[in-house]
Amino acid sequence: MTTGSDTRARAERLWARAGGGDGGPRLTRLQRLAARFGRGAVIGVPYLWLLLFFLLPFLIVLKISFAEFRIGVPPYTPLLEWLEGGYLQIRLALGNYLFLGQDPLYISAYLSSLKVAAVSTLIALFIGYPMAYAIARASPSWRAVFLLLVILPFWTSFLIRVYAWIGILKNNGLINNALMALGLIDDPLPLLNTEISLYVGIVYSYLPFMVLPLYATLEKMDVSLIEAAADLGCRPLRVFLTVTLPLSMPGIVAGSMLVFIPAVGEFVIPDLLGGADTLMIGKVLWSEFFTNRDWPVASAVAIAMLVLLVIPIVIFQHYQQRQAERAEET
Amino acid sequence: MRARPLFLPSALALGLTFLYAPILLLVLFSFNESRLVTVWGGFSLKWYGALFRNEQMLEAALVSLRIATTSATLATVLGTLAALILVRFGRFRGRLLFTGMITAPLVMPEVITGLSLLLLFVSLETTLGWPSGRGVDTIIIAHTTFCTAYVAVVVQSRLGGLDRSVEEAAMDLGARPLKAFLVITLPMLAPALVSGWLLSFTLSLDDLVIASFVAGPASTTLPMVVFSSVRLGVTPEINALATLLVLVATVTILVAAAVLWRQERGQR
Amino acid sequence: MPDHTVWGQCDMMETVAPGAAAARPEGSRPGAVLRRAEARPIIEIDDVVKTFGAFVAVDHVSLTIREGELFALLGGSGCGKTTLLRMLAGFERPTAGRILIGGQDMTDTAPYDRPVNMMFQSYALFPHMTVEANVAFGLRQDRMPRAAIRERVREMLDLVELTPFAKRKPHHLSGGQRQRVALARSLAKHPKVLLLDEPLAALDKKLRERTQLELVGIQERVGTTFVVVTHDQEEAMTMADRVAIMDSGRIIQVDTPHALYEYPNTRFVAEFFGTVNLFEGQLVEDEPDHLLIRCDALANPVYVGHGISAREHATVWIALRPEKLAVSTTRPDAPHNWDRGIVEDIVYLGGISTYHVRLDGGALARVTTQNLERMSAPEITWDDVVYVSWRPDNVVVVTS
Repeated sequence: MTTGSDTRARAERLWARAGGGDGGPRLTRLQRLAARFGRGAVIGVPYLWLLLFFLLPFLIVLKISFAEFRIGVPPYTPLLEWLEGGYLQIRLALGNYLFLGQDPLYISAYLSSLKVAAVSTLIALFIGYPMAYAIARASPSWRAVFLLLVILPFWTSFLIRVYAWIGILKNNGLINNALMALGLIDDPLPLLNTEISLYVGIVYSYLPFMVLPLYATLEKMDVSLIEAAADLGCRPLRVFLTVTLPLSMPGIVAGSMLVFIPAVGEFVIPDLLGGADTLMIGKVLWSEFFTNRDWPVASAVAIAMLVLLVIPIVIFQHYQQRQAERAEET
Repeated sequence: MRARPLFLPSALALGLTFLYAPILLLVLFSFNESRLVTVWGGFSLKWYGALFRNEQMLEAALVSLRIATTSATLATVLGTLAALILVRFGRFRGRLLFTGMITAPLVMPEVITGLSLLLLFVSLETTLGWPSGRGVDTIIIAHTTFCTAYVAVVVQSRLGGLDRSVEEAAMDLGARPLKAFLVITLPMLAPALVSGWLLSFTLSLDDLVIASFVAGPASTTLPMVVFSSVRLGVTPEINALATLLVLVATVTILVAAAVLWRQERGQR
Repeated sequence: MPDHTVWGQCDMMETVAPGAAAARPEGSRPGAVLRRAEARPIIEIDDVVKTFGAFVAVDHVSLTIREGELFALLGGSGCGKTTLLRMLAGFERPTAGRILIGGQDMTDTAPYDRPVNMMFQSYALFPHMTVEANVAFGLRQDRMPRAAIRERVREMLDLVELTPFAKRKPHHLSGGQRQRVALARSLAKHPKVLLLDEPLAALDKKLRERTQLELVGIQERVGTTFVVVTHDQEEAMTMADRVAIMDSGRIIQVDTPHALYEYPNTRFVAEFFGTVNLFEGQLVEDEPDHLLIRCDALANPVYVGHGISAREHATVWIALRPEKLAVSTTRPDAPHNWDRGIVEDIVYLGGISTYHVRLDGGALARVTTQNLERMSAPEITWDDVVYVSWRPDNVVVVTS
């Protein structure tokens, strides 16, 4: 016979100690060793995988960003070289970064990427917030249906969803054909390969990422808080501004980061929907790598982009962490 | 409360229209007789015929399916382990780095991930001789890495919401931790594992940028073929392909949702 | 006194005539009913109905609550008490009927325009604001001058003894402290009526008992009308001047706690409000000065010292409170109001003991006795043959 608290204590001991210390009288030395090995293996496998295929690659990018372009395999110079007489020569070529700083192409690409991402994030927020709020306030069965409807496009090919807009926006596309058929315009409006089509594409592709975290916080929000505010004399708009909006801040931050960060480095949308003069850093990196085949400069572009994104990524991670902790508490 | 404002429902309706109109138009025009994607020329299935005669496309689709199946499976295993570590293993050395490496791929711009993995593979090849050349294997590794993060997030939220006491009861009745995990926890995690796998499969099938970086000459995936033909102009064949993809995705999601929903209800 | 038993009081509008209230022994708060009886009505609920789809949550309820009263709506879950309260606050609009607050029709008035405030069951404290900001929230909406707000907030925090916690956020407070912040916030605007939705449900038992009296004390000090929704009959008894008992959307009886306990008008009230022994029977004699009832479960007829003017042979129920029964080993001489049985169980609770007596007719009677002497050995024990008896004026007769 064991009481509830005994069960819990014992189970916790088993979990915490699966391996270390004395695992209770029933575990033999061999079993303890096996358990400890098991715990190590469970942590070790994904840990090593991520170290090898996620962290190490960044270090290599960092390394190559200090190399120089050369024709050969691999197409960059080594950083370390053993010279005769036991000297180790380290050559850090800072030229790539100087090049980024001097060439106005790169600076304006960075700036316009930030601008495009920020504006798209704001538009997505303005479209997504009312959607998320409406879903959160719907009856539970409708909520499931609406959520599914928001998630579903995300499961269909991203490339094809971007492609769909080409047919809609191009000169003899649906919008222009419709407007001309109605006699509203005589000549097609230039929609495709403009800023408009770029924003439409980004907002369209990333809208579900905005709606879902917003929905998650709005759905969890206690309705009685809104009622309490109304009860204390607050009109609906003020209730929204003083209670709902501040309390949904975590969702706003998470959703915005989920849109902003990938949008900064977006390649496909500016390439297919953006104009010839659309400068985005993802596109620059792509052409630096695939067209110019200059790996060191591409690496420097990537590192500079990462530096730019460090703050938003840290904010996002902080939020994720808090979400996870809250999930564990409940 | 009071007279419900019409603003929220209409915003939702407009938002959903915005999300669905392009997809529905795409489907509609895949049955168009005319080559012009935007002018209706009568009903026809000829673009589906053309699609199924396009060998390059079919071959790429097979490659993509192979990559997606393998990397989704690998990512589900790794992601579940990662979620388990995050939720159940308490503190250990390097936990902060681990959480960072799990969440960062969710937002990392694809061009960076693609470039960094390519440079890794090149460096490994020059120093260790492995992997020799790039192809399906390197794409699988790349996809597994970023899909693991998605699986970890999905499983983590499910694992956090699970009632620990069921597992504790199993251990109280004499099951060792590993056994309790396999017999009790894993079945309860099944819905999350299924959605994690499906999510990874979709992400892998959909990826263009990362695959373009790490692919070799003999491993052209479906998105790469689609991308290059889209760049050349709009073709109704792509519409037909899009319709098939939308159909498969919709059916899969609806079936998965229905199954998960019934299972959830059964557990309550 | 017999004139004031409660049968036939089906009028839901006003069950207690002022005279009757005065003539009755007082409830938990001496003088309260007498004082309130002259006060003018502050809330008038007139034939209100609320349906949700096919479900009738509130079914033709009429009720008057007087100024300065501490009024409780008591009932099980789903009885409609919370819906009624939410209609007073303005969160739900009645399907039919009117609600008057302070003499004005407020049926269609939005919550933010009503002179009532609500204390929520979950407290609904704004988690992103300090205690101070929570209390000031309602005053800010009225655009009260800053200095006046500061003064009022100070006053309110003093009232609930939370001044040292003014700068804290709600999640740094204990359950009891949060409850007091919620009270201060809802009282800050000096509402005409304060609505309290299960105000003590989230507190543990000990704290709840202490807080009941604190709430009553605060209500007496500020003089605001309180309407409390609760499912806990002890809480309603301790706190309220008057209690309305609700079931399936209807009000069954409105009265002082004392009257509800001693003079329930239905079996439902008798059973809901405290413990009771109920026996079904037929009316044999119904005279102005006495009743004679024969119950199948009881060997002897039941004699009651007043009449009820129902038709002969009507089915009635007699309700006997356990503490109003006596148990003894000697057989009573009287021709009625007793029965014989065997002690099946004894529940010893320290101050009192409850005997479960299986009567010869098969029914179970619960008898409570006080344990007044420390040393006395229990005279009655398991399986003893005992006699259960009661006085004619302690019998409650209900017809439904």
